[in-house]
Amino acid sequence: MNNIDSYLFISSMLFCLGLFGVITRRNAIAVLMGVELILNAANINFIAFSKFNGMNLDGHIFGLLVIVLAAAEAAVALAIIINIYNNMNTINVDEAAELKR
Amino acid sequence: MAELVFWTIAALTIMSAAFVVLNNQLIYSAVALLFTLFGVAGLYIFLWADFIAGIQILVYVGGILVLVIFGIMLTNKIKSVRISHKSMQQGVGGVVSFWFFIFLFIALTKAPWAISDAIEPIGTVRGIGVLLLTDYLLPFEIISLLLLGALIGAAVLSRGES
Repeated sequence: MNNIDSYLFISSMLFCLGLFGVITRRNAIAVLMGVELILNAANINFIAFSKFNGMNLDGHIFGLLVIVLAAAEAAVALAIIINIYNNMNTINVDEAAELKR
Repeated sequence: MAELVFWTIAALTIMSAAFVVLNNQLIYSAVALLFTLFGVAGLYIFLWADFIAGIQILVYVGGILVLVIFGIMLTNKIKSVRISHKSMQQGVGGVVSFWFFIFLFIALTKAPWAISDAIEPIGTVRGIGVLLLTDYLLPFEIISLLLLGALIGAAVLSRGES
């Protein structure tokens, strides 16, 4: 708990779980949840390096910006997903492939 | 004692994150995401980041998770009882993310991090506020413009044709 390795271990585990979710999920909202996990893992790294580098607050600013970006991303992504659902009646990311045809 | 609390929070975070990506019921995944986000907020408190922990709970749990649950409910038919979804290629995804984890683990144990000690601050809010209005003024303004754009864009997108 007082060395940086434990935090980096937790965040890399969280990152890999999020990566697994993004790879395997086919529901667009579940993919979005995987992206949230990845963003959280990155944020833990920012805050951890901020603490273990003499508590300079630059990492906190970056964490704050990442949280704001995640909020904006979730809002726009859900608007797009609801539009896809209204137009195609599915949110499976493999079936919503109109541009490919 | 603090060590025990720390590893409990870490285990809670990791296990509920695994539940998020492995469960077949989408709404259960959303509820498990709640515990993951709270666990991450607990880790922030261990990292002396009180303000970020509060923002994490306010924005993630109060905003993003509610948005996600709204999205689940709006995109599934109410009549179908099982709000479930299939996962594909779990073998390939598991292998890829496992080896990526091994790679990250080796990297983080081998790397010589530049560590310098610090004393615990009384609070971080003052320092963050000063930094936001001096060194990081331009990113702060840009991110507020981006948030405004995302707000308007989401409203326009979800209203559809008018």
